[in-house]
Amino acid sequence: MNPLLNALLVVVLALNLFALGTSRLVTVIKIVSLQGVLLGLMPFLIEGHLGWRLLLASGGTILLKGGIIPFMMIRAMRDVQIKREMEPLIGFLPSMLLGALATGFALLFSKSLPLASAHTTPLLVPASLATIFVGFILLTTRAKAITQVMGYLVLENGIYIFGMLLMGAMPLVVELGVLLDLFVAVFVICIIINHINQAFSSLDTRRLVALKE
Amino acid sequence: MAFVLIFLPLFMAAVAAVVPSDRLRPWLLPVTGTLHLGLTFLVLARPGQVATTTWLVLDPLGKIVLLVVSLLFFFCSIHAVGYLKNSHTRSNRVFCVCFSAFLGVMTLVTWSHHLGIMWVAIEATTLVSAPLVYFEHTPRSIEATWKYLVICSVGIALALLGSFFLAYASLHAGINPTLVFEELLQQAPHLSKPWLHAAFVLMLVGYGTKMGLAPMHTWLPEAHSEAPAPVSAMFSGALLVCAFLAILRVYHLCLAAGDAAFVTPILIFMGLFSMAVAGVFMVGQKDFKRMLAYSSIEHMGILALGIGIGGVALFGTLLHVVAHGVTKGLLFLSAGNIYHAYGSKNTDEVSGALRRLPLSGTLFLAGFIAIIGSPPFGPFISEFSILNAGFATGHYVASGLFLLLLLVIFIGMGATVLKVVQNREPASGAAPQPVFREGLLTVAPPIVLLGLVLLLGLHIPAPLSNLLHNAVDFLEVQP
Repeated sequence: MNPLLNALLVVVLALNLFALGTSRLVTVIKIVSLQGVLLGLMPFLIEGHLGWRLLLASGGTILLKGGIIPFMMIRAMRDVQIKREMEPLIGFLPSMLLGALATGFALLFSKSLPLASAHTTPLLVPASLATIFVGFILLTTRAKAITQVMGYLVLENGIYIFGMLLMGAMPLVVELGVLLDLFVAVFVICIIINHINQAFSSLDTRRLVALKE
Repeated sequence: MAFVLIFLPLFMAAVAAVVPSDRLRPWLLPVTGTLHLGLTFLVLARPGQVATTTWLVLDPLGKIVLLVVSLLFFFCSIHAVGYLKNSHTRSNRVFCVCFSAFLGVMTLVTWSHHLGIMWVAIEATTLVSAPLVYFEHTPRSIEATWKYLVICSVGIALALLGSFFLAYASLHAGINPTLVFEELLQQAPHLSKPWLHAAFVLMLVGYGTKMGLAPMHTWLPEAHSEAPAPVSAMFSGALLVCAFLAILRVYHLCLAAGDAAFVTPILIFMGLFSMAVAGVFMVGQKDFKRMLAYSSIEHMGILALGIGIGGVALFGTLLHVVAHGVTKGLLFLSAGNIYHAYGSKNTDEVSGALRRLPLSGTLFLAGFIAIIGSPPFGPFISEFSILNAGFATGHYVASGLFLLLLLVIFIGMGATVLKVVQNREPASGAAPQPVFREGLLTVAPPIVLLGLVLLLGLHIPAPLSNLLHNAVDFLEVQP
């Protein structure tokens, strides 16, 4: 339907796999922020015309996901002096393969979903599902707190893609509220990451087991 | 009115941020609590729904949750002053700001009739309360805060996806996509079934994480046991119920869509499973604040079970929201006093609380007797009416399991509680005891709460009973 939109979604899917395949934290942060910028651009392609409402919501998304969040994350990373994700639960190549499998599954699965007729062509729904899966893989298989946060952001990106099917259902206040929540979440998480590092001299969340039963 | 109720605590949070004195600042909390409670009573006195805008409507369900939130905050704010006096080594600025703001965003949850706003508000409750969990700055509290933030944020993200699915269900039915609750309720019978069902499951999992339903409950024991007592009390009695309100919204939509048969088995299973998990971890539990946290999981399970049974059980379930909130407030506040006096939460080091802290020990014991559902206290009435409804509607297996699990929990909880209150005080030798004396501020709130629990058991006041009946009618009315 919209070739440019589909092309962007394919790039988003490729970025997912890159994020799974790299061990350098800076690279992951950059990939996720690039993904955020691409997502912020998509509403312009869907709507096709500029309105102040669109400018505010999408501009906010691009600014937050492409600028503020990566800035905060990179600073947090420098503060705790960690560069790489070591010993993930599942290796980088296997998790990349898993991500590719999830993407294929999402493509097949969304064919059988009862979609409204206007949405059967673009890749929006499968891209959304695949990105959510990849977010979960990052969240559950990585040990470093920072990578887990990136997993959460990828998950959030996936949900954002689904939200694009529903332009109009979300009033501006809610969209801005969601962005504000995301900003505060990352802000609080950065503080906590710093404290985890001071208290445990490590960012390995596998050390956070004192409270297990 | 909505704006006053929501912005008053946020404004007081801003005031708390600029007040320079650590001694005066905590007193802003009871001021906020008193004003908020007064305004809440004014709003509750108005009949029917109170609409400010299409997005902010206080319906009968919201009224009940608002009452619990405001009432509990009032008592916790007084206790917090006493608590902060006893831990004056640390600046309480962050605590006061976040605790006030916490009340504001929870009030927003009770008013929101737009599922997007509701999501924003519930996520905001996580964010403003995370610094509260972290207040004591110990490694254990960092761990609890981290789990709380990550698990709840991910869970709630799924609830956002569920909300989108709901909007998509309306789009699929050929209606303008909407997340306004009123419009969704009217369109409920026409919503696309597969999307509605998927939305229900995702929202149950998402908000269920926040509500503490097993198996998504893993953040809850940590956060409840590491947070300061007034915060734990708010978490257990008010915050979990706010998440329950969000689940009630989508439950309501499913009922209106004629899908009760789809949601009933899921809710009954989740309810019983939560109770079973709570029971397993409560038996032999040595940390008495953790035990209370598992008890919260159990009671959230009872709420899920109650709406799963539905029909005649709804009155008891909504009454249980109030009764559980008040009782848990009593338990956490008195447990906080005991923790402060002993400097430990472990039953190996805590015993003889009845001797060292005659008032708090007695209150803790009374709270235990109330929470396990023994007469003449409030939870007895609500649990009994849920059980009664379960048998009356033919859910024999579920009701039987419910009764069995209550018994297991009674035994497990009893062992821990009795260890805390009975026996001699531990031989402390020359070790310096943490200095803590029961003061008016830390003892009066649980005493009044005990009075309320007793009142609920003996006679439900007419205004509350009206409120509950209105809420049941509201849930059952077909558009």
